[in-house]
Amino acid sequence: MNERALPVVIINTECANLASVANAVKRLGYPALVSDDAGHIERAERVILPGVGSAAAAMRSLQQKQLVHVIQQLQQPLLGICLGMQLLTDYSSEGDVRCLGVIPGQTERLQVAQQQEQTLPLPHMGWNTLQQCHPAQTALRDNDYYYFVHSYAVAVNDYTLASCHYGQTFAAVIGHNNFYGTQFHPERSGAAGARLLQQFLENGQC
Amino acid sequence: MLAKRIIPCLDVRDGQVVKGVQFRQHQVVGDILQLAQRYANEGADELVFYDITASTEQRVVDKSWVSRIAEYLDIPFTVAGGIRSLQQARELLAMGADKISINSPALQQPQLIDKLVSEFGQQCVVIGIDSFYDNDSQRYQVYQFTGDESRAQATRWQAAQWLHEVVDRGAGEVVLNCMNQDGVRNGYDIAQLRALRPHCPVPLIASGGAGTIAHFIEVFQQANVDGALAASVFHKQLIAIDPLKQALAAANINVRPTCYSPQ
Repeated sequence: MNERALPVVIINTECANLASVANAVKRLGYPALVSDDAGHIERAERVILPGVGSAAAAMRSLQQKQLVHVIQQLQQPLLGICLGMQLLTDYSSEGDVRCLGVIPGQTERLQVAQQQEQTLPLPHMGWNTLQQCHPAQTALRDNDYYYFVHSYAVAVNDYTLASCHYGQTFAAVIGHNNFYGTQFHPERSGAAGARLLQQFLENGQC
Repeated sequence: MLAKRIIPCLDVRDGQVVKGVQFRQHQVVGDILQLAQRYANEGADELVFYDITASTEQRVVDKSWVSRIAEYLDIPFTVAGGIRSLQQARELLAMGADKISINSPALQQPQLIDKLVSEFGQQCVVIGIDSFYDNDSQRYQVYQFTGDESRAQATRWQAAQWLHEVVDRGAGEVVLNCMNQDGVRNGYDIAQLRALRPHCPVPLIASGGAGTIAHFIEVFQQANVDGALAASVFHKQLIAIDPLKQALAAANINVRPTCYSPQ
């Protein structure tokens, strides 16, 4: 068995957008391995945790694959995407489930009821802009558009690296130690998304 | 601020892009991958690939091109056409489609919507509704099998009822195609879209009738839709996406700019 480090491992969460994430990594010139093998994940230089679907189902899948502890112990940079980001927080109200808890935070349903009895459509689907990007995160720029698809979101806190607004302000990018998460889909966000992925793959941060 | 979406639709038949007039007389307009890349470069916010023959010929969309599109495209794309089982949906999503869009099969077995939503999540389940204004009854009637002129037929559903049904079953997005307007470029069906907007708690995409830039401005301002889908005006290069988005921005409609200025 090859014990060399693996450049990029995408954790196989059995969800729908694995191919999109793998394609985006390959477009940037990195080989991408989709795997749910603990050994592969531990040997990866960069780990990506993709996710679509529900938080409860995704946590159940990680538990069945015995990957919860593996992910929590990782020292190398990890990027959670969309639901994958929400799983990095302590808790999600979607299914009332405890998550990985590697970045402090709470995931709640987006509050979209507006004044004058107007309610914004959910899911929040489409291209939206980042606000209050942390100056140290050089790939993130205020007013750049990224592609979002979600109905739940992480509340803004000290670990928020950029926020976004839809009915309410929520965390668009979070980070703590080696763990990062984006609520949007960088793999589907055109040039801006490619720049963020490139930064993560090269430098291990956003 | 969430941008209004511009969505070119590529009607596919036998692996090539075609476009008809009011669902008839389909003619070949170009290669799928070429057109897809052109649209992505020009600033399309997402793409829809619709196999217009699939539902009626008891087959799923030809798959090889879906993988090829997914390798090159870095914006979201939807695949529609003849998806009638979880397994078919799973294959298309595994090949890199971001969303699947269901039309006639949902009418035949509405519980398919629930199954797809529970299996893959609401975010990737789009329901297409083909609605035709019937002058005699003065009602919007939902049609099925519209990809094949000889088999297109009215269903028992009116558009508003069916919209409620699909939303209740968990649809993540609705594309409302107003057949009277399709391919004739006289403008979107503002009256119908306005009437249905309050009944649609998920994103609503207008389809059918775009002919001028003014039509796009009108549909966003007057019907408050989340996106506008069009085919022939883009394929025939009657409207280019960049000037369209500039005109929308000038009309105070929030759009994603076509080009990013380098650092």
